[in-house]
Amino acid sequence: MTWEIVIGLEVHTQLSTNTKIFSGASTAFGAEPNTQADAVSLALPGVLPVLNCGAVERAIKFGLATGAHIAPRSVFARKNYFYPDLPKGYQISQMDLPVVGQGALTIQVEPLSGNAKPYEKVVRITRAHLEEDAGKSVHGSSQGVTGIDLNRAGTPLLEIVSEPDMRSAAEAIAYAKALHTLVKWIGICDGNMQEGSFRCDVNVSVRKPGQPFGTRREIKNLNSFKFMQQAIDYEVQWQIDTIENGGKVQQATVLFNPDTGETRSMRSKEDAHDYRYFPDPDLLPLEISEAWKAEVRATMPELPQAKQHRYVNELGLSAYDASLLTSSREMADFFEAALSAVPSQAKICANWLIGEVSAQLNRDGLDMAQCPITAQQLGGMLLRIADGTISNSGAKEVFRTLWAEGGEADAIIEAKGLKQVSDSGAIEALVDEIIAANADKVAEYRSGKDKLFGFFVGLAMKASKGKANPAQLNEILKQKLAG
Amino acid sequence: MSLTTDDVKKVARLARLAMSEQEILSAQAQLNNIFDLIAEMQAVDTTGITPMSHAQDVVQRLRADVVTESDQRELFQSIAPQVEAGLYLVPQVIE
Amino acid sequence: MFESSLKQLGDALRAKKISSVELTQLYLDRIAKLNPALNAYVTVNPEMSLAQARAADARIAAGTAEALTGIPFGQKDIFCAQGWLTTCGSKMLHNFVSPYDAHIISQFNAAGAVNLGKTNMDEFAMGSSNETSHYGAVKNPWDVARVPGGSSGGTASAIAARLCAAATGTDTGGSIRQPAALCGISGLKPTYGVCSRYGMIAFASSLDQAGPMGRSAEDLALMMNVMAGYDERDSTSLQRGKEDYARNLDQPLTGLRIGLPKEFFAAGMGSDVAQAVEAAIAEYKKLGATVVDISLPNSRLSVPVYYVLAPAEASSNLSRFDGVRYGYRAPEYSDLADMYEKSRAQGFGSEVKRRIMIGTYVLSHGYYDAYYLQAQKIRRLIAQDFVEAFKQCDVIMGPTSPSTAFKLGEKGDDPVQMYLSDIYTIAVNLAGLPGMSIPCGFGDNAMPVGLQIIGNYFDEARMLNVAHQYQLATDWHSRAPQGI
Repeated sequence: MTWEIVIGLEVHTQLSTNTKIFSGASTAFGAEPNTQADAVSLALPGVLPVLNCGAVERAIKFGLATGAHIAPRSVFARKNYFYPDLPKGYQISQMDLPVVGQGALTIQVEPLSGNAKPYEKVVRITRAHLEEDAGKSVHGSSQGVTGIDLNRAGTPLLEIVSEPDMRSAAEAIAYAKALHTLVKWIGICDGNMQEGSFRCDVNVSVRKPGQPFGTRREIKNLNSFKFMQQAIDYEVQWQIDTIENGGKVQQATVLFNPDTGETRSMRSKEDAHDYRYFPDPDLLPLEISEAWKAEVRATMPELPQAKQHRYVNELGLSAYDASLLTSSREMADFFEAALSAVPSQAKICANWLIGEVSAQLNRDGLDMAQCPITAQQLGGMLLRIADGTISNSGAKEVFRTLWAEGGEADAIIEAKGLKQVSDSGAIEALVDEIIAANADKVAEYRSGKDKLFGFFVGLAMKASKGKANPAQLNEILKQKLAG
Repeated sequence: MSLTTDDVKKVARLARLAMSEQEILSAQAQLNNIFDLIAEMQAVDTTGITPMSHAQDVVQRLRADVVTESDQRELFQSIAPQVEAGLYLVPQVIE
Repeated sequence: MFESSLKQLGDALRAKKISSVELTQLYLDRIAKLNPALNAYVTVNPEMSLAQARAADARIAAGTAEALTGIPFGQKDIFCAQGWLTTCGSKMLHNFVSPYDAHIISQFNAAGAVNLGKTNMDEFAMGSSNETSHYGAVKNPWDVARVPGGSSGGTASAIAARLCAAATGTDTGGSIRQPAALCGISGLKPTYGVCSRYGMIAFASSLDQAGPMGRSAEDLALMMNVMAGYDERDSTSLQRGKEDYARNLDQPLTGLRIGLPKEFFAAGMGSDVAQAVEAAIAEYKKLGATVVDISLPNSRLSVPVYYVLAPAEASSNLSRFDGVRYGYRAPEYSDLADMYEKSRAQGFGSEVKRRIMIGTYVLSHGYYDAYYLQAQKIRRLIAQDFVEAFKQCDVIMGPTSPSTAFKLGEKGDDPVQMYLSDIYTIAVNLAGLPGMSIPCGFGDNAMPVGLQIIGNYFDEARMLNVAHQYQLATDWHSRAPQGI
């Protein structure tokens, strides 16, 4: 009997507010140490927290986006522990009454190995709560000393906790990626994983199918999807080996070392589990009215999943194309803006975005937001494909020029003479000439050598300098050759 | 109920207070006296009573997401025990 | 001059009969002479005080003076004041020169008042005798062998000894009212949320409240006009319109219904205290008030409830004192944990450590429901008792403290005995109600007795009126200690 993997995630997303969750200090990344540590961030004696409206609004957005219960009344609590990057000696968080309750996220899973097909899965979200980030410890200049930078202390976090619903590393990564896409999509987090804006704690356990959950170990602070996969793979194998060798998995917090690809247990803190939570007396209950929710709902963009359904059902795209087009908000926005120039040509539009545009971005190492051509530019070109002005090969030429030099499709077509000949009189004259000049081949064709058709197309194209509308040319040739 | 010396040691450790054996013993005696005083409270039937965290029944006010604080590092660090290159220094943190 | 009311001082300053610099210097000289015996101030800074006085004189000359402009006030050392050493009575903050102003300090500054110095207090406001201050015990000017009460004992002693006209205090379980009673002065703890807590070093956040201390209700009203008001930096500060706390002072008391809780007049109160309080009630009847017997059945539980909730909040509030960013750091340590444990063990005094231990324990795993949650539930019962009581009366009266000032060291070894001296004041903090203490006579050893007046939420103006009318009819509040 094989082992079943059970995974749940706790994701810390830094909310994209201008200021900290409980004070008016800036949250901009990369400032000189402690220049954004104001009196509240430093926990000077006597200072008090006041809740940032922007942080709450982002939590509401997340709740709406995951169909979650948004608590009409939630409470902040203190989580007490001593650590130099935690200036108050407690973290303000939420315990019993979080701002966001149960919700769900639908994910597209692409199995990492074998020929298994992609599938859809719903992951339940247990809760999401607001809390403050801690500062950072950095190595001091001398041995045995650590420096503390409190610029990050007090940055708002939404901690999103899933149910242990994932059964493979692939599912865990698909969930993390879907969540990453979503929080960026709804504009609550910049998603910058290098800067720590999106940090994942992964709870892993193994069991025999049908058995109760095994003891879990928590892999802390993973900040790339690649590391997440390596860490899960290593951890799962370690747990299986441990059990199969007669050992027992102990509940623990582990760190992943990217250099060795291994996980190792953190030095255990003897009192790590006594955080002495209690409601923060400096903060009052947070109330979120129906009216506020409605106000926020009105500002919400169409969500990826809704777009996917619309693209499939209304635009006739494949589920696969729809999921690629909604891999980021920028991609979807670009697609829809380009499509507005050629509303009936969704498939062509999708093909160009998923094909040429994505490939070129990839080659240039750019992401969608940095795309050198605009949706309007692309749309202008697609329009000329759709109305037959340019051929596919002509379009590629236009695209290369747009990408490298900018400009407008029509001007490029004009300047480069890429316009197709769609005048049937001109094509007929051209075809007549060819038939006259190749009487022997025409006879062969008429006697049944169908394969020669391509030969005539090639000659005609060459004669038109590639500008003849291919469909029209085919039709006229067929007619005339038939005699 | 009464606290053992182990209880007192555990609490002192949680609260980050160094205590000698002598101090543990005297704290134990005093804390037990105080908990005798507190014990009176535990006999009260509070079924159905909502805990009261705040004196006033009001809700949290929200602050606009606007930067109001400027860099005061020099002033703030002028009263710090040990700083270097803008960082607060502590004995090495080991994970 | 030292017997003048705030109104008289303000009038004299604006009439230029005396300058703020002269007045400030008079007080500074008196402090220099008398403070060594009383230890009421921990920090005086003549240079900074006189600079403020000069600015006040300029303002008076410019004709933009307000009621308190140019008057020197003592500030309890719990309030952060920029550029001032702010110790909170603790070694932990022995070197903490505050980089910012508390809201209350800003309010006094904006009014043009002069900061005369920082008054001594029990360490982190934990104490009822002012013996827990790292900077030494404060003495009661009525008898320097006795305590002034606490935790605002420095303020109370300074006012009684005329080392300032008035000063600020804070009250978490009686820390304004009890020292006011023991030193024969007046003090008001406002409704929770009326005065901002921003910059007031936290003891127990859900109970702490700043308030004025002075010689008369009229003085307190003028101070409340400066101290009260909404502050957006404190989430628990209440958004209410500005009010003039002196507006009702002159109203007669005819028809006033005074509630007398039977629990406050039961055994436990000293007979000398009982006598003075009963005489005060009799005086109120003469002024037209009627008396109603009421009951606060759960008030007997306020001491145990308080000694769960306040230490719990304090244990967390005091975690920020870790020797990393400011304050005391132990000179020698082996590693990070050792640095924390030694800095805190050496920086905090024994009463503070005791309360941190109680609070840590009651919040710790497995005890939270039995202690913290249970205490919060009883807190509601205690608050509900007052709601019921105020259906039958306008104000509640009783003793402030069960006894007059006790001797220094008398209760030093027995925390429980000390805690019980707050038995009449604590319930008011738990409910968040306003309470005050005014002098109402003398008990054994010729020590002052305080009358406690408890009002309904936001009823400070009426309480001040009730106190003022009594002070018009009696002279207890203007008595000064002998030999000062």
